[in-house]
Amino acid sequence: MNTPNSGTPLLEMQDIDISFGGVAALRHARLSVTAGEVHALIGQNGAGKSTLIKILTGAYRRTAGTIRFDGREADFRSPKEAREAGISTIYQEINLVPFRSIAENIFLGREPRRFGLIDWKTIHRRAQELLDSFGLQIDVSKPVREFSTAIQQMVALARAVSSEAKMVIMDESTSSLDEREVELLFSVVRRLRDDGRAVIFVSHRLDELYALCDRVTVMRDGQTVAESPMAALDKLQLVTTMLGRTLAAVVHEDSAVKEANLAKRGSTAISATNLGAGAKVTDVSLDVHSGEAVGLAGLLGSGRTETMRLMFGADPTERGSLSIDGKPVTLKSPQDAIARGIAYLTEDRKGEGIVPELSVRDNLTLVCLRTLTKRGVVDVAKQREIVDRFIESLGIKLRSADQPIRELSGGNQQKVLLARWLATNPGLLLLDEPTRGIDVGAKADVAKIIRELRDSGLAVLLSASELEELTAVADRAVVIRDGKTVAELDGARMSEASIMDAIAYGSGEESSLAEAVDAKEGQS
Amino acid sequence: MNQKTQPATAAPLVQAAQKKKYRITIQREIAVLVAMIVFNLLFTQHFWSLQTFNVNLTQVVTIVIVGIGMTLVVATGGIDLSVGASMAIAGSLAPMIFMNVAGPFGIALAFVLPVLAAALCGVFNGFLVTRLSVQPIVATLVLFIAGRGIAQVFTDGSLQAFDNPAFQWIALGRVAGVPAQVFLMLALVAVFAWIVRKTLFGQYLLVTGGNERAAYLSGIPTARVKMIAYTLCAGLAGLAGLISISVNSSSDANVIGLGSELDAIAAVAVGGTALTGGRAYIVGTLIGALIIQLLRYTLLAHGIPDAAALVVKAGIIIAAVYVQRRQR
Repeated sequence: MNTPNSGTPLLEMQDIDISFGGVAALRHARLSVTAGEVHALIGQNGAGKSTLIKILTGAYRRTAGTIRFDGREADFRSPKEAREAGISTIYQEINLVPFRSIAENIFLGREPRRFGLIDWKTIHRRAQELLDSFGLQIDVSKPVREFSTAIQQMVALARAVSSEAKMVIMDESTSSLDEREVELLFSVVRRLRDDGRAVIFVSHRLDELYALCDRVTVMRDGQTVAESPMAALDKLQLVTTMLGRTLAAVVHEDSAVKEANLAKRGSTAISATNLGAGAKVTDVSLDVHSGEAVGLAGLLGSGRTETMRLMFGADPTERGSLSIDGKPVTLKSPQDAIARGIAYLTEDRKGEGIVPELSVRDNLTLVCLRTLTKRGVVDVAKQREIVDRFIESLGIKLRSADQPIRELSGGNQQKVLLARWLATNPGLLLLDEPTRGIDVGAKADVAKIIRELRDSGLAVLLSASELEELTAVADRAVVIRDGKTVAELDGARMSEASIMDAIAYGSGEESSLAEAVDAKEGQS
Repeated sequence: MNQKTQPATAAPLVQAAQKKKYRITIQREIAVLVAMIVFNLLFTQHFWSLQTFNVNLTQVVTIVIVGIGMTLVVATGGIDLSVGASMAIAGSLAPMIFMNVAGPFGIALAFVLPVLAAALCGVFNGFLVTRLSVQPIVATLVLFIAGRGIAQVFTDGSLQAFDNPAFQWIALGRVAGVPAQVFLMLALVAVFAWIVRKTLFGQYLLVTGGNERAAYLSGIPTARVKMIAYTLCAGLAGLAGLISISVNSSSDANVIGLGSELDAIAAVAVGGTALTGGRAYIVGTLIGALIIQLLRYTLLAHGIPDAAALVVKAGIIIAAVYVQRRQR
């Protein structure tokens, strides 16, 4: 582990204040980052991390405080100025030009020239070299949009690396990556660090922070509440500092509870047999009973989302069959699925979930609105009643049900979307990454809500990239690999190790790897 | 270390400022309009008269009626360039009907059929946009080009002059000294503002434009919503075409509604409806049209030629769009 050198920090932000409309968003916030370190910046949604970063990169103007970067007083008036000074930011939503090639994206705005013309040969060669050094064998002349989010993330990183940035800010960069891709990304980040650059790493995944970061700054309620070497804070301390209260973490039910729950589950709510469409889903068979929560496990790109979309009628099924309550059905559209009591919470909250400009109220009642109308006119009183009920029962934190949903934190947006579906009284919930990109407190809330729904008799199918979260909530797991079901693990047989094993080897049988991991966990 | 704090409340509060700005949007347009009226009351002779009132309002009637439909289409994230052509089709059909079919039945038919014909243009636009997934600007360019040609084929390219008080009442009739068309316009604004705010269709319209993929996954029939928007837009344009020929007592397929698509889009933009979709301020469109008209009137009343007024009009549009962008 690199201990930060004792020299002056590369970045020093002190006593940063900013307020919006008279409300203080940051009060005396601090952040100090040294060259050659990976620095974790953490805090709950709304704690002020993004605001602080936006001030650093010139997107917002601070009202007070000083920023020193690279030995000089810095006052960036735009993200462009910050970039020119050597600060490169990789956002949650990747800023790439989808139709242009990977190579073009990497050198966008600073293309090597020859005789005043773009030197394509050099661009392609250097882009290829760069990605080769990341361990990625891909064709850099293909448009960015043909690649997965993970690869796009790497491309964004490659752009930062090639631009000789002194500091790279990674905001929730890993939220859409699976474990293997995260590892790949980390190796690149470590290389940046060893080159003497500074990396600010924002993430909600605690394990990643410990695996990657040297030091940590914790923010809460617009203030910096802790600055410490990463190793000096254990997980529990970190979370308590972040939340300012003792944690009600995602409680694991033990396998006996899961077994008992499976024993008393109801009849089959939905069953998919040899389901397939295109290349992403080749042969998926699974069933979900009412009163149980089934985890759909698999790497990113294994076909989890695509399987759920087929079960929701969002994409046409080409092979195999679906039956609901024992009767074979063909779902032609989401409307069909909704009419049969199916709900689908998308993994892409921003792109497919919220309607940003509309109010929380309108967003929450989006699906059930049809039932709240009389001759096409919305019954506002009834609508308010439903909205108030869900805001209370799910503990959604907001100022007013009439405020635009984009103003809410990620966790609260997710609860609104969950409420959107619960308001339709569904029998089957398809939850794609329900805890993605939301803070720890909200994760625990969502897990609790899912359990309560299961206990009330709903059939739940959920996916999660983080196996810990999957095994915490699910009673059993179905593992898919390359669009094919490879294992079903019930109650006691389901563990992070056995799932990983199934993902790796394609079978649910206990193997030496799983045993080895279990044994190791038993010791510690 | 443990101060009494409430996490999670910071974010919503931080954003309070934006919410305030959003409310000001509409108010700002009203403020501009009021300021222009006050300016004219002080500096323009004979401004305070029923005649001036009527002149200015009748000038905007067709733009506002077309603009209402345009607002609906823009709310879905689209645009309709063919409204001028739809006006021409309706406007050239009507005289052929009431000049050939006598009596009240002929008049009724002369209203209904042309509006239906125009609406059919909207169905065609909607078909291109929803079924064939053609970009709205390209899809509606088809009828922008062909529509006026179709209208000329109907009339053989000849100008139809007429004098039919019953039909023309829609434009020339007066109620309490105010032209009937003004009341018609205000009624349409009220009805469509209500539709957008209170009905399922209004809600679906905003959702379709605000996030189409979310709308699809929520079981909202996005194709039908767009289809209805384009059809209403073209139908309203047809009605505007009828008013336009009634005012002129003549119908020339070459001239009816010429350039009105751009006037309507300008009114929508100045009225505060973002061209990116997901919002629809029907009342804003009325105010936008009034601002543009009043500006032109003010300049003319102070001896500035119409040509120069066009440049100022462009300036207003730039200012309006700039203000909108600032808010994002």
